Amino acid sequence: MSKVVFKNISFKYGNNQILKDFSLEIESGEILCLVGPSGCGKTTLVRCLLGLNKPETGEIYVGDTCIFSASRRINMAVERRNIGIVFQDYAVWPHMTVAENVGYSLKKRRVPKGEIADRVDNALAMVNMTEYKNHLPSQLSGGQQQRVAIARALVGNGDIIVMDEPITNLDAKLREQMLAEIREIQRKSGTTVLYITHDQQSALQLCDRMAIMEPGGNLCQLGTDEDIILHPANRFTFEFIGVSNFIPVDVAGGAITLKPGEASFPWADGKLPQGTDTSKRLEVGVRPNDIVFDNASPLRVKVKRSVFLGSEYDYFVDLGGRELRIQQNTLDAAKYGVMKEGQETGIRLLNYRFYPEKEVSA
Amino acid sequence: MTKVGRNKDLAAIDGKRFSMDGVMTALTVVLLLVVVVIPVVSIIYNAFFFQGHFDPKLFSSQLTDKGNLAAMWNTIKIAFWVTVLGTIVGTFYAWLLGRSDIPAKGLMRALFNIPYMFPPFLGAMAWDLLLNGRSGYLNKLLMEVFGLSSAPVNINTLGGIVFVELSYYFPFVFMQVVSALERMDPTLEECARIAGARQMTVIRKITLPLVVPAISAGALLILTTSLAHFGVPSILGFSQGIYTLPTKIYAVISRAGGSFEGIRQGAALSIMLVIVVFTALVLQKKILSSGSYDIIKGKSMRPTLIKLRGARIPLLILCIATLILIVIVPLVMIFLVSLVKAYGLPLVPENFTLQNYKRIFAASGTIDSVKNSLFVSIAAGIICMFLGTLIAYVVQKIRPKGKEVLEVLSVLPYSLPGTVLAIGVILAWSGNILGISLYNTIWIILVAYIARYLSFSMKSSSAALLQVHPSLEEAARTCGASHMESLTDVTLPLIRPAMVSGFFLIFLPAMREVTTSILLYGPYTRTLGVQIYSLRDAGMIPQAAALGSVAIVIIIICNTIVTQATKDRKGV
Repeated sequence: MSKVVFKNISFKYGNNQILKDFSLEIESGEILCLVGPSGCGKTTLVRCLLGLNKPETGEIYVGDTCIFSASRRINMAVERRNIGIVFQDYAVWPHMTVAENVGYSLKKRRVPKGEIADRVDNALAMVNMTEYKNHLPSQLSGGQQQRVAIARALVGNGDIIVMDEPITNLDAKLREQMLAEIREIQRKSGTTVLYITHDQQSALQLCDRMAIMEPGGNLCQLGTDEDIILHPANRFTFEFIGVSNFIPVDVAGGAITLKPGEASFPWADGKLPQGTDTSKRLEVGVRPNDIVFDNASPLRVKVKRSVFLGSEYDYFVDLGGRELRIQQNTLDAAKYGVMKEGQETGIRLLNYRFYPEKEVSA
Repeated sequence: MTKVGRNKDLAAIDGKRFSMDGVMTALTVVLLLVVVVIPVVSIIYNAFFFQGHFDPKLFSSQLTDKGNLAAMWNTIKIAFWVTVLGTIVGTFYAWLLGRSDIPAKGLMRALFNIPYMFPPFLGAMAWDLLLNGRSGYLNKLLMEVFGLSSAPVNINTLGGIVFVELSYYFPFVFMQVVSALERMDPTLEECARIAGARQMTVIRKITLPLVVPAISAGALLILTTSLAHFGVPSILGFSQGIYTLPTKIYAVISRAGGSFEGIRQGAALSIMLVIVVFTALVLQKKILSSGSYDIIKGKSMRPTLIKLRGARIPLLILCIATLILIVIVPLVMIFLVSLVKAYGLPLVPENFTLQNYKRIFAASGTIDSVKNSLFVSIAAGIICMFLGTLIAYVVQKIRPKGKEVLEVLSVLPYSLPGTVLAIGVILAWSGNILGISLYNTIWIILVAYIARYLSFSMKSSSAALLQVHPSLEEAARTCGASHMESLTDVTLPLIRPAMVSGFFLIFLPAMREVTTSILLYGPYTRTLGVQIYSLRDAGMIPQAAALGSVAIVIIIICNTIVTQATKDRKGV
């Protein structure tokens, strides 16, 4: 159990700046999910932590130990950092049995044979793989290899375990199950876990805290999952976590006009928060489940498609030439009525936010 | 601020000055300098410089020499016909055995691979015994039966050389095309049939174009091998004054008795040969670069077999006849001649004896040659296995700056004719270096073999290393293994099968090697191939045949061991 601190890490691949002055603290004994789209530098950060990449600037601490410091020229060798890692492709050694795979790090640390056997058994029991002890990885399924990789990371009693998109190769059901198991294993061992993913859904399911990274390697928000969903720090977080609708708006004086396409709709309900910068063109962002139908509203839409998903209805509606997505809770639908395809009605926007218009180049 | 290092260079991150990666890279560079760069540079230097002065006279005199030009022209003619005919024959039989319903396919495929294992110069010897213009057994028989006054067929001609080389080199195309046909998606052909194309049209318009990359790869192999080939033209051509560039080089050097002038002439001729080889490579690339297709699947599918109907039996007979002609006849001939009391006696049981075998095994030269060959082949195999893996690792995983140069250097000897390489090695390493003279020792042959075969093991290890994902090594490092331990615990065990097969890829051809060793051998360092060659040269043909039979048996035994050993190994 150790706290991990990244301080002002910068890293370049050739001329490609991946990370710039990146700082992040992972609390001892928590699961922190680092979430970001592909190519934003998550894996690079992990490789810096492991010692497989050498940052240009910055410092990395595990507990009180400085394992890397560019200015003090500290760079602990990969093999001495004692960080467990579960790679995206498992990296289970195909020529060793499950037990040999798991026991390898103990063997390298010259742990006595008897103790190795005990600790391997213990780790395998934790991931429910005891009966596969003498199997070769080629005889295991993807999910089982995954667990071997996790056991291998756990066995060293390392202070930290890093998991780099470990479940992307599994099918949906197995993924759920693995997440639950990872959570359970972490609860038992109390290890600090840094979990890397581009899939916000699994992050929400697993994490104590979440860190959102945007393309270009910046940390845009760090907080609990609730925090991030309810109070997204910027447009990127808002868009990245969950589904979102955006409608361009015109602000003239105090009045706001929605300009979804050709048509424009005066939006009397809309209120601009204090201090919004109106010098740039703005868009209003709203989640599908924050739009409600209200026939009295002047924001007129036509329902184009309606999909029943069990717990909710998923609608695609047309607002003046722009398609919006609306989700209606099944209970609400029962209460207020289900919209039919082709039906015209009005909508109201709740919990909306204003964001500057996205630059096209991005 | 520290300097930005290469990210892959894990050891450099540790801050050590002499990282393991650095040591490995340096070792690779030194090795390639020793076995490739210095010999090649020596040839160029000695062809154009004499006692430190630029002296193009030698080169231009060699270039304008009529005999040399004739040799060059012969080389080109032979290689051209062998390549064209070999490609046609190889493709035809590949299709026949790969895609038609001809019977006994498995057996015949195995038989068609035999010429590939065989030393072509033994084949040439056999055909020389049969169809020699003056004393060939078959010629004498035919003359007797039909009352002819001169030999009906003379193998000691350009045509004869082409025929013998062809019978040993068409498997290059055959094997490539068979495996391509096997991996081809049969639906591509079925679609054409459904669209209304006739069987022949499908073969012409769909099947053939799809296997063009395989054909061209095989043809390239035939071309470079034939251009550089020494054994067949030397055995069939010398007596008639027919020279190719490789045999001319040998003749020039052996005539000069090892004098420096002769070696310089050889160097000049080598440059001619290299120019011919590289021109041919460029031309071949131009002609056959008809685009590559990605329709060949890795997955093996059961292709639809084409019914031969009435042609089935005639084609089967053709196949069997071909096999008899190229495999059985030479084999039987060598074996029978090895039994006769004296060369020229009729091949009847009364004339048979085992004396030849006794004699060759009593002669210390023969035993030595077998020992030498075994030693050099095994040593070259083992050394190349490790060096090739080292170079492959440096090029694939460490990726230092200029890795392309390393890669080119390591495959360069592969396209350099063996004769040329031998001259380079003589020029570079036969002098007195640090009080050690390699000349006339087994070590100089070993250096040449290493240079010649290094690319085999490098390619084989390279392909295996590509399969080893970097995260496997990284996972070992995070588990507490040092860089060295991650190599020995993870990477090496994973590529071991490829390394072993790399060893045999080198060991087998090295056992029957003549081209390089014939220029490098000394009184006590004859190899098996050289010994057979010189026995024959000295007129002791039955003994040469006896030793040839022994060589064939050794090769067959080794090959069986290889196939058995590689069969049970489970792919990791």
